[in-house]
Amino acid sequence: MKTNDVLLRNVTKVVVFIIFLFSLHLFLAGHYNPGGGFVAGLTSAGAITLTLIAYDTQTVKSMLNINTIMMTGVGLLFALGTGMIGVITGDPFLTHKFGHVDLPIIGDTALHTATIFDLGVYLVVVGVTLTIIQTIGESD
Amino acid sequence: MSFLHLAIFLPFLMAMLIPIFYRWTNQLHTGWIVLPIPVILFIYFLTFIPQTMQGVVTETMPWIPSLGINFTVVVDGLSLLFALLITGIGSLVTFYSIFYLGKKKERLNNFYAFLFIFMTAMLGVVLSDNLVVLYLFWEMTSISSFLLIGYWYHRERSRYGARKSLLITVFGGLMLLGGILLLHVITGSFSLREIIGEASVVQASSLFIPAMILILLGAFTKSAQVPFHVWLPDAMEAPTPVSAYLHSATMVKAGLYLVARFTPLFAVSGVWFWTISLVGIVTLFWGSITATKKQDLKAILAYSTISQLGMIMTLLGVGAAALHYDSWSDDIYIGALVAAVFHLFNHATFKGSLFMMVGIVDHETGTRDIKRLGGLMRIMPITATIAFIGTFAMAGLPPFNGFLSKEMFFQSMVDVTTLNLFNADTWGILLPVIAWVGSIFTFVYSMIIFFKTFGGKLKPHLLPKKPHEAPLGLLLPPLILSALVVITGLFPNLIAKPLLEPAVKSIMPSLYGTDYHVHISFWHGFTMALLMTFGVIILGILLYKTANWWRPFIKEKVPRFFQWGKAYDNSMYYMEQGSYRFTLWIMTGWLRTYLNYMLMAFIILMLGTIFATDALNFDISTISRVTMMDYVLALVIVVTLVGVVFSKSRITSIILLGAMGYTISIFFIVARAPDLALTQLVIETISVVLYLLVFYHLPQFSNIEEKPKWLSVKTLISFGVGLVVFLISLSAYDTTFYDSISQYYIDNTYTKAAGKNIVNVILVDFRGFDTLFETVVLAVASIGIFGMVKLRLARREKNENK
Repeated sequence: MKTNDVLLRNVTKVVVFIIFLFSLHLFLAGHYNPGGGFVAGLTSAGAITLTLIAYDTQTVKSMLNINTIMMTGVGLLFALGTGMIGVITGDPFLTHKFGHVDLPIIGDTALHTATIFDLGVYLVVVGVTLTIIQTIGESD
Repeated sequence: MSFLHLAIFLPFLMAMLIPIFYRWTNQLHTGWIVLPIPVILFIYFLTFIPQTMQGVVTETMPWIPSLGINFTVVVDGLSLLFALLITGIGSLVTFYSIFYLGKKKERLNNFYAFLFIFMTAMLGVVLSDNLVVLYLFWEMTSISSFLLIGYWYHRERSRYGARKSLLITVFGGLMLLGGILLLHVITGSFSLREIIGEASVVQASSLFIPAMILILLGAFTKSAQVPFHVWLPDAMEAPTPVSAYLHSATMVKAGLYLVARFTPLFAVSGVWFWTISLVGIVTLFWGSITATKKQDLKAILAYSTISQLGMIMTLLGVGAAALHYDSWSDDIYIGALVAAVFHLFNHATFKGSLFMMVGIVDHETGTRDIKRLGGLMRIMPITATIAFIGTFAMAGLPPFNGFLSKEMFFQSMVDVTTLNLFNADTWGILLPVIAWVGSIFTFVYSMIIFFKTFGGKLKPHLLPKKPHEAPLGLLLPPLILSALVVITGLFPNLIAKPLLEPAVKSIMPSLYGTDYHVHISFWHGFTMALLMTFGVIILGILLYKTANWWRPFIKEKVPRFFQWGKAYDNSMYYMEQGSYRFTLWIMTGWLRTYLNYMLMAFIILMLGTIFATDALNFDISTISRVTMMDYVLALVIVVTLVGVVFSKSRITSIILLGAMGYTISIFFIVARAPDLALTQLVIETISVVLYLLVFYHLPQFSNIEEKPKWLSVKTLISFGVGLVVFLISLSAYDTTFYDSISQYYIDNTYTKAAGKNIVNVILVDFRGFDTLFETVVLAVASIGIFGMVKLRLARREKNENK
């Protein structure tokens, strides 16, 4: 695909950020509103896929130098690690903790370890989707 | 653990040491090293005679006490008789084999190891009281006998014979195990004595007949009774010492032992009486007739063994009638049991000597074919004497022990006609008649063995070797056995009191404590039995003289009519062919066929269950209101579905599938499931893209678009599956049995998990464990795709570089 896709590439440059922000919103809002790690992961992967379509795999690789399989692994580690928190404190596996924490700059914040778990899901989904798309895309 | 247990395992322990001795003693024949074991055991078992004349000796060793399985050894008259036969003839056979098997040519370590394992197994069978232990040793005899028959495993016939005997005896062994388990179910015990002690419970049980039949199957297969006798003639491929030991004196008598052991338990039944008597008499008859037509000396002896075992079996069957008499004084049927035990002993002695005699003839002339043999009397006088004693004892002629037991056999057969139990008065007359005819043929084949081998003219040109008398080592064991034949023939009461009487008492335990005594008289007047013996001799001589005239008839005409061996071979062939064809027919290798099987099984099982349990119900009051939106969406889905199924091109199907997916996500929106709708939308997009990718890469030749066929098995199955799932869904819709647990989640999502999106909270918090593994599933899938694509590429590159 060597035609000059000026329109596509320019639109992509703008839209990718919007999609990415939307996925961030879906991820963070997941506990209270529709969304969550899974959909957010898929949407982020969609944003990257759009750049893949507009440019090519080499360009995307130079922009985002991520080992997607490693990303999947890290996601799984997050999910598993969250579960281990409960084990360390003497509760059953995957017991989540939540509460209000007074952070230095932000101040009083409601935090929940389920978010870390969701982050794991998010990373796995992004990693998996990108692995599949990139692998098949590069196959011939 | 007592010395008695050790005695049973002594040959087994020796078998473990044999390879060591074999390796380190090059000069000495291995047989000399192992010979002391059976001799010591024989002497050891002789010391039990005074004790068994009084009662029984019991020793217990716990094995699996929690299951009631203990290695209990009980020595009573019957066990002791068998133990003496096993160790006595075992010693003689070991001695004989030292001279029979060459030290250079044969793998003696294998031979003696197998033989001694067999000896342990056989001792275990006859001495065990626990039925599970008995079964263990029972299978051990089958396996060691299999190894011994296949000793010359480079011969095709040896392997065939070994396989045949193993299949048949293990079949019987498994039946026996079934019988044992049934007896355990009835009585809760594995101990033979305890089970016999509860005989009345067993006899009242509905499992009485099945248990009896299973145990009889075990006994009949082991003792080569019709129709399971086919393995024994083929087992003659074993070395002759093995034939002498296993297939005449010991293993084939294990079935008789079992029948005798279970007599106090089962003998009340007419089924037992008639089955054993009839099977025995048919075996006697068939075996003796078949023996007369055989050429090979060992084959004649094999069929004669079958026939003699049938005779003992008949006697045990008739002896079962004795259980119905409370007082032994007016009981003539106890005589049948005495005859059975006596003939069992006699048969072991003369058949052992005859097999050894055949081994000598084979060894010294190089053939066993009676057509080529003849006139050996001058050259091998001692062997001829042994053969004379053995064959005449087998034919039932005085003054040998076979005469006495045959007289007693005839007497018992005559007595059956006066029995007024089990309808014996109507059909009982069959037994003496068949027995008599069978005995005539017994006489004929005995004469054939002796006169065709030793009488007539010598045919030196037909013999592979120049015949000469055997060395003393080969002659000694059969001479000892022949001496026993003559001694017990002339002085039967020498063994009557110490051996036979305790044996009979252990078959009929009610005799203990009474003053019953076995007395065998040589002459008891002109009875019916004596007249029958005269008839046997006269007709036997006539038949022998005219043998050339009638033998071709049974040799060629009868086999055309029916052959047991053929039946076995054919059944094996058809079983193999049948299973092969069946597998070919059912395992087509096409996934669609297997899918058809699975779905058909699903339909049949589900419909069957629904109708069998009357599960079809649907309560209309619980359904919710259907809106216009639902109708529209359902219509769209049905339309896309029909399109997917009937579209001519694949790409249409893919697009329609995507459309259906999006419609379902709208369904989710309508049903107020925003998370599901979001995910469904994205996932549907990705999967449609992947479908298109696959479609794009389809190879050209398989890209021919085809229209699915109407009306086929597949259509029917599809409709069936749809209908069944529909019915199940309808029936399962009734949720009135249990309340939903969702109220808990609604109540606690915020208070306990600090969230408001109940779906997400369930996913990451309440049921986060599932989510964890779903992410693992995704990871595995992606790594799988990565691996498949990358490894394929790597392989292709390697091939291109070649």
